[in-house]
Amino acid sequence: MSGMMDKKIRAVIVDDEELARQMLREFLSAHQEIEIAAECANGFEAVKTVTELKPDLIFLDIQMPKLDGFEVLELIGTDRAVVFVTAYDEYAIRAFDIHAVDYLLKPFSAERFETALQRAQQRLGGKLPAPTELSSSARSPAQPLERIVVRDGTRVFIIPVAKLDYAEAQDDYVALATEGKKHLKQQTISSLESALDPSRFLRIHRSYIVNLEKVTKVEPYSKDNHMVVLSNGTQLPVSRSGYARLREFLDQTRAK
Amino acid sequence: MHPLLTRPRQLGLYLLAWFPLAGILVYLLAEPGALSWGEATAITGPLCLAYAFVCLAAWYPCRATPLEKSGFVKLLLTHLTAAVLLSTLWLQMAKGLSVGLMRWGGFPGLDQRLAKYIPLLWVTGVLLYVLSVTFHYVLLAEQASREAQERALQARVLARDAELKALRAQVNPHFLFNCLHSVSALTSSDAGKAREMCILLADFLRTTLRLGGKETITLEEELALVRGYLAIEKVRFGVRLHMEEDVQKQTMETLIPPLLLQPLVENAIRHGIANLPEGGVIRLSAQEKANVVSIVVENSFDPDSPAPLKTGLGLDNIRQRLDTRYGLEASISVHTEGNRFQVSLRLPAQQNGAVA
Repeated sequence: MSGMMDKKIRAVIVDDEELARQMLREFLSAHQEIEIAAECANGFEAVKTVTELKPDLIFLDIQMPKLDGFEVLELIGTDRAVVFVTAYDEYAIRAFDIHAVDYLLKPFSAERFETALQRAQQRLGGKLPAPTELSSSARSPAQPLERIVVRDGTRVFIIPVAKLDYAEAQDDYVALATEGKKHLKQQTISSLESALDPSRFLRIHRSYIVNLEKVTKVEPYSKDNHMVVLSNGTQLPVSRSGYARLREFLDQTRAK
Repeated sequence: MHPLLTRPRQLGLYLLAWFPLAGILVYLLAEPGALSWGEATAITGPLCLAYAFVCLAAWYPCRATPLEKSGFVKLLLTHLTAAVLLSTLWLQMAKGLSVGLMRWGGFPGLDQRLAKYIPLLWVTGVLLYVLSVTFHYVLLAEQASREAQERALQARVLARDAELKALRAQVNPHFLFNCLHSVSALTSSDAGKAREMCILLADFLRTTLRLGGKETITLEEELALVRGYLAIEKVRFGVRLHMEEDVQKQTMETLIPPLLLQPLVENAIRHGIANLPEGGVIRLSAQEKANVVSIVVENSFDPDSPAPLKTGLGLDNIRQRLDTRYGLEASISVHTEGNRFQVSLRLPAQQNGAVA
């Protein structure tokens, strides 16, 4: 068995507190088969490092500057073993929804850490579950999305939803239009639609979700079709069912 | 509705007080000899009973012209008018009654014999009304003081509730968990530091419990608590946490509700410093000007991080506590500018010995 394990497991530690990283370092130092590839102190660093180093195992804090642990995973995918390390127990269900290997609650004992490590090794020895789509499964529906995170190579963009003009479906991706730029994100338009606040965003077309605050005009386009004009002049097609939804929304706003 | 009419016991006492008054009137009418004792009693009894109820009407002008808010002239005019009107009414009742008694009660010539007592009756009517006015002002004062007591009690209950809520929210369990995790990490790398952290934490918890039970504490005591809290967080956050203090010396003795600033500083860390990779500064300042103390807690924050929902609740709690204690004399306001977040409190500069 040990002969088979000539390749070390490469791990990355992500936590914004030095003492917390030190603790994991100490516990891991007893394991020759694990190599600490890097340590990161915030979400941006984590995305960059994981993208570059492609480690097997990540110890991930949830409450961190810039990007939280879930946003980090959304950007780097789940095709590696993840052990969450946090003082908050309320994220446990979300964590297992996205197939986290384990969920360590601070403070934890050396024994509890060993259990988590064993689970990670078992997971790495077997077949990993297919990457799930995080934005829809990991976010609780009670809380609409406040910001969208997008990765371009090792660069990370944070788009507050208020600044999103519209989203356009492009095969397996959505193009997110904001402040004159477009960012591509691997996500279906339907899962994005379900994560956004339905009182602020509307699916006007099979391929388009529009930010209602940016709509200035609704105009007839051809005999049966309409289009919306956004405050920056962009014109977007509206399907027949999209037009019905738009009318319903406008009627409701007027009624208020 | 007159308050006495809904309280039979007090109404009974009120009517009882009319008995001696009626007795005096019987004496005044019968003693000169024009009316017999029987006649005087027969006419005074119903007359006084009726007037006892008529005089209850004094409650309305009394309520409309409160003693402490109305001028002397207004008081005099109001009650004099009412006295003349009611006494005249009373006189008519007396006349009617005497005619009735003469016809059906077997008292011949009663109305003529009563006629010479008309001025006496009129003056008595005015005096009785004035007596009733006095009685009603006493009644109103008693009612006002009872209401004030109830309000004060309610304010105390609210304040206590707010303190308790603040206390419960006070020791954030995640703060404790993170602390214990730091201690756990330090035990192997720096046992001395681990011990120091345990002591800091114990001091902080003990002070929280001690101060939380008090009505007010000095700003100095609150600052000591805040420093203890920050010393613990400093172990966790290291160089990321900077602290600046600019507190005017004369504000140190200002009395404030306990645990007023600590939650603000905790917010400053949780929603400010903790979201900044390079950390930031928490600035605490206190100034006094014209008997008003302004306390400002300011921190760096990341404008890109999502707006925290829980800060609002924390601030609401503080706003409510200031409200119950100071009313309009205190205020709290929030201000953001660039990457600085600022909470300002203004409260009256009360000090020990200078407060009621």
